[in-house]
Amino acid sequence: MEQSEQNVKKQRPVHLDLQTIRFPATAIASILHRVSGVIMLFAVGILIWLLSESLASAESFAGIQSLFDNFIVKFVVWGILTALGYHLVVGLRHLVMDTGRWEELDSGNASAKVAFVIAAALSIIAGIWVW
Amino acid sequence: MVTNAASLGRSGVHDFILIRASAVILTCYTIFLVGFIAASSPLTYDVWHGLFSTLPMKVFTLLALVAILVHAWIGIWQVLTDYVKCVSLRGVLQFVFVVAAFSYMAAGIVIVWGV
Repeated sequence: MEQSEQNVKKQRPVHLDLQTIRFPATAIASILHRVSGVIMLFAVGILIWLLSESLASAESFAGIQSLFDNFIVKFVVWGILTALGYHLVVGLRHLVMDTGRWEELDSGNASAKVAFVIAAALSIIAGIWVW
Repeated sequence: MVTNAASLGRSGVHDFILIRASAVILTCYTIFLVGFIAASSPLTYDVWHGLFSTLPMKVFTLLALVAILVHAWIGIWQVLTDYVKCVSLRGVLQFVFVVAAFSYMAAGIVIVWGV
């Protein structure tokens, strides 16, 4: 057996205590980027339906506007805007990282936290806008 | 190893570029549309209909829908290949999501065509 193979098959201590494991900000930024992306895939279907109804006629446009009086509709639209804002902000962070910046442990964590703050601010603004 | 037969680009580098190019288009479209709705508050049917009746806005919208197809195809491939280990299930899910993204594009073409 090769030395490398022995190392792989060696019994190692496994730490899977979910109570004490804490994901770093960069990992949370990454998984939320994926979650918000998948949410957007469904959200685009809703947005296309809204576009279709809002452009069909003046009556259906008014119908869509009156839909926005409903709390659940407001909440869904706010949720879509929040997912969109987060995905966009963290995506822009990705583009900066493509240039070689924010790739170190400190700068990566810091930029992830800044992205959270900006995304939260956008979410609050979206909430004020919708309500 | 995961084969890239179901991915959009011919290689990882190709996907890398495509997902960023489409992201740039979607960022521009999002900022423009949110900005337009916010600036023309309260939004009326005439203003909204007028915006989408112009050729540049139709082109911009179709560009965004193609970008969504490209972006979603690569994005969902990345997510599915990481979390869904069963090949047949992953294939079915990839199929469903890509068909959904194609349907969004087809619906969008019909919607802005008639305005």
